[in-house]
Amino acid sequence: MKPLKLFGLALGATLALSTAALADDLTIAVAGPMTGTESAFGRQMKNGAEMAVADINAAGGVLGKKLALDTEDDACDPKQARSVAEKIAGQGIPFVAGHYCSSSSIPASEAYADGNVLQITPASTNPTFTERKLWNVARVCGRDDQQGAVAAAYIAKNFKGKNIAILNDKTTYGKGLADETKKALNKAGVTEKLYESYNKGDKDFNAIVSRLKRENIDLVYVGGYHQEAGLILRQMRDQGLKTILMAGDAMADKEYASITGPAGEGTLFTFGPDPRKKPTAASIVDKFKAKNIDPEGYTLYTYAAMQVWSQAAKKAGTTDAKKVMDTIKAGSWDTVIGKLQYDSKGDIKQLDYVVYKWDASGNYAEINPKGS
Amino acid sequence: MDYFAQQLINGLVLGSIYGLIAIGYTMVYGIVGMINFAHGDIFMIGGFIALISFLILVSIGLTAVPVILLIVLLVSMAITALYGWTVERIAYRPLRHSFRLAPMLSAIGMSFVLTNYSQVAQGARVKPVPPIITGGHTLHEGAEGFVVQLSNVQIVVVITTIVLLLLFTWLVSRTRLGRDMRACEQDQTMAALLGVDVDRTISMTFVIGAALAAVAGMMYLLYYGLVDFFMGFVAGIKAFTAAVLGGIGSLPGAMLGGLAIGLIETFWSAYFSVEYKDVAAFSILIVVLIFLPTGLLGRPEIEKV
Repeated sequence: MKPLKLFGLALGATLALSTAALADDLTIAVAGPMTGTESAFGRQMKNGAEMAVADINAAGGVLGKKLALDTEDDACDPKQARSVAEKIAGQGIPFVAGHYCSSSSIPASEAYADGNVLQITPASTNPTFTERKLWNVARVCGRDDQQGAVAAAYIAKNFKGKNIAILNDKTTYGKGLADETKKALNKAGVTEKLYESYNKGDKDFNAIVSRLKRENIDLVYVGGYHQEAGLILRQMRDQGLKTILMAGDAMADKEYASITGPAGEGTLFTFGPDPRKKPTAASIVDKFKAKNIDPEGYTLYTYAAMQVWSQAAKKAGTTDAKKVMDTIKAGSWDTVIGKLQYDSKGDIKQLDYVVYKWDASGNYAEINPKGS
Repeated sequence: MDYFAQQLINGLVLGSIYGLIAIGYTMVYGIVGMINFAHGDIFMIGGFIALISFLILVSIGLTAVPVILLIVLLVSMAITALYGWTVERIAYRPLRHSFRLAPMLSAIGMSFVLTNYSQVAQGARVKPVPPIITGGHTLHEGAEGFVVQLSNVQIVVVITTIVLLLLFTWLVSRTRLGRDMRACEQDQTMAALLGVDVDRTISMTFVIGAALAAVAGMMYLLYYGLVDFFMGFVAGIKAFTAAVLGGIGSLPGAMLGGLAIGLIETFWSAYFSVEYKDVAAFSILIVVLIFLPTGLLGRPEIEKV
């Protein structure tokens, strides 16, 4: 009997805890990789979400209620993302900003759809996310087919006649992006000399680097996350390669430079035009700076996701996910990253990826601020 | 040919790191007859201690790289050895005369404890360090412009491995402690009757294994430039495979197995597909075990009566 009693006690305590969030607060969630290799980006999302909730509450909350934020960790693991999604849906939370990894956002979105949760991803760029005709998904970032096209155009223009290799990490995001880039490159008449995949989580890329060396590769395009890309770059320099590394939006965190050191200079990646530089963002960027946070990468995108939802909920006069989603798709929203409008799938209409370059001091900047 | 040479270098360095970890598995198995599943995590702890001591030394203004490396090596060996000793003392010794599976289960538990302990203590993020040993040497420049490059880090990793391997082979075959260890390996009861302190010898085995894992952790940090709290798992599995491939219980076998796994992975990635390198390594393990059930250098077990 004793273990049973204990179990009952524990159960009671958990229930008490989960209902402890003030009853008259409106809880919304942010979900992303708060731990693990991608946690740098989870932290960006958390920072953005916390600031957004604080600002929305300071302006009077949503529908007369203050917002409370629930932060959930998916560790960039599809299984954990799914269980996080079920937990969020089970708690009756109407809105989640998440996730980061496309391989998390996609399985989670189905649980959100079943549980009547509206999901806006600040960062998942895989096209599949909005291509499955799910009613509850939207994003504030671009898509990999657009991103790959911009990368391919840049490569075709600046690396004409050079040797190109494409690598991917076999994840939904990495492989998706590598394939889109390859498709766009081949269309532009550039054929890659090498197309290989590696395992996300690998640390030793020396064998693959020697292959790049044998093929005299001038530019390697990596569809993958920043840790592996950083290690590939480091091992390329150790083996004396001058090859330029180019990748996607997953490089937009200073952690990339802390892995590569000064060798990261010259690395290229595609990302939306720096949200920190938009005039609409100036005052919010200052607020982050005052807290000693650099709102880089997807921080402001997460902030924007929160803004889109809160504005739409106010306009719709309800937090019911279906009604809010209809409102989102019908309207136009002023966010920290600019004015956003949605198509029927949940993708934003205005899109502009640009190419960034890392410098020797560990910072990155747009190569051509006007966009190319 | 140049390409082959370059891949050979890559494979040997990777194999050296696997081998250093594998020695810890094999020594413990040889003496206690159990697989120390927490060994991969001891390796991870070694990497973290190397990182922390490195950062402390840099922050107090030390700049001479060889001095830093030597201090980091000694500090991480000492502290990680303490971890190894503690793990043995609290998780294995109380179970020594229990049924066979008990220490193995507590080893798996210990592995979880160590992983979660460092996640809580050090955070869940990847900890990078900027390159510490930089530069390298061009060994040969091929006709088509292919350059065989040997970086200084690779030299350090291989030399450290060779020196340590020689040192510990000497320790096991020539010293009093080594003799005690071999005695315990053959027959613990008999060794005890002849005045060998079995508990102390077993403790020392764990201490030595942990110290070698610390070296591997430090080499890993130098070579790849980052550590994280879950790196012990994959590295542990690979090193365990290496120990089994080489013949578990055999010191040179562990090193040989480590090199074999490193070379197989590298050459498979070099000439076939990078994607299936792990499949290749484990397939070869299976093939070897079918024909040589005790591994490459293992002795067939003689049933003790």
